[in-house]
Amino acid sequence: MQAQVLEGGFADPSIDAAYAFRAVMIAMARPGEIVTVAGAQPPAPLSAAAGVVVLTLCDPETPIHLAASHDTPQLRDWITFYTGAPFAEARHAMFAVGAWDDLPLADFRLGTAEYPDRSTTVIVERRNLSNDGAVLVGPGIKEKAALSLPETQAFKTNAKLFPLGLDFIFTCGERLAALPRTTRVT
Amino acid sequence: MSDYNFAYLDEQTKRMIRRAILKGLAIPGHQVPFASREMPMPYGWGTGGVQVSAAVLTPDDTFKVIDQGADDTTNAVSIRRFFQKTAGVAVTEATTEASVIQTRHRIPEQDLRADQILVYQVPIPEPLRFLEPSEVETRKMHALEEYGLMHVKLYEDISQHGDIATAYAYPVKVEGRYVMDPSPIPKFDNPKLEMAGIQLFGAGREQRIYAIPPYTQVVSLDFDDYPFLPTKADHACDLCGAQDSYLDELIVDDAGGRMFMCSDTDYCTTRRKAGHVGAQGVPYEKDAA
Repeated sequence: MQAQVLEGGFADPSIDAAYAFRAVMIAMARPGEIVTVAGAQPPAPLSAAAGVVVLTLCDPETPIHLAASHDTPQLRDWITFYTGAPFAEARHAMFAVGAWDDLPLADFRLGTAEYPDRSTTVIVERRNLSNDGAVLVGPGIKEKAALSLPETQAFKTNAKLFPLGLDFIFTCGERLAALPRTTRVT
Repeated sequence: MSDYNFAYLDEQTKRMIRRAILKGLAIPGHQVPFASREMPMPYGWGTGGVQVSAAVLTPDDTFKVIDQGADDTTNAVSIRRFFQKTAGVAVTEATTEASVIQTRHRIPEQDLRADQILVYQVPIPEPLRFLEPSEVETRKMHALEEYGLMHVKLYEDISQHGDIATAYAYPVKVEGRYVMDPSPIPKFDNPKLEMAGIQLFGAGREQRIYAIPPYTQVVSLDFDDYPFLPTKADHACDLCGAQDSYLDELIVDDAGGRMFMCSDTDYCTTRRKAGHVGAQGVPYEKDAA
């Protein structure tokens, strides 16, 4: 194990996680709103924002799937050291991290009719994140919002599954935005 | 600050609650199970709301707690002090100054802003529970969107009382999908469930968390010929004269004397400070008890 995997976690875990969760919660409650988070310096290729989300939400109870783009020994060691989260195939994962093209969307858990909450939260690493492109409508959005999505068809399909479906967090550097299953994308 | 971890709960518990809150926001009105912890207060005193608040608070927050609209009752005071001690957060009684408001059975009269979070204490999260005691069955009813029983209940109200007699915990449908118990708020408050702030609901004993994101459609169930009516006592506040606020009726002597006053104490005090005086009120004095 290299020294780098033992660095880059929250300096003050309780307080840093509280601020980070507030930001993630605002993002999930207001789809399209871009928030800034801080406190994690994970090894490449994981972005700081995705690192913050992992540190804030993952622990030994949450299997994580690393897509091919992010499945490096160093990152595995970092996540294990800081969270203890087990790694899993896509179909068993509660969280997934990766670049859009490498995420096996069809394999993730969508939840069940009785428990639609038992679905995967997908953290998508993006090169750009801005309030333009696809138009978003739905709960949490006053009239409409805009967000630079990798595509629209996958999210249209996902929204049709409601109340089942995946929830997405898009990360870019220290910024993130979210797209729950309720958001209708055009 | 204190020897407690920030906001009392351990980090793993907070992560579990935080994950439930995010799924709750992603599926508005759906009850997400969570592993509720024992809190240093009895069930029924807001253990669900306290756990949600503990998972949401940051050191920068200003925290307000209301119990039936009042900031100065035992329940409100003890929860406010609990987080003063364990999270070191600032506290307030003013609705406009609070960033997180924990509430039992009321929504503040003052409209909440987009940057405010309302945390409800919920006794029975399942709106169908008194109609169907089995959790397995009610889960199935939510899954199949089978809500006919709730309409039968409201219909029986009309056939027995001539009107929908349900006055609090009035069932709502969220975003056209899940029927949800808004906690025992008076139905007067139901229209306020569509708001700019984030609403989180925590039921400690029943181990459920649910949520309503901002600007989410929340419709009170009714019939075309018996539309939903938010009602209040047909009176003005005797202390501040407000015509538009939800009122408590207070018996003031042994001779049947009574008065009506705002249930939202901050709203009433703010109006009295601004010079409004009700029928039985006196002008507000700064040092008055």
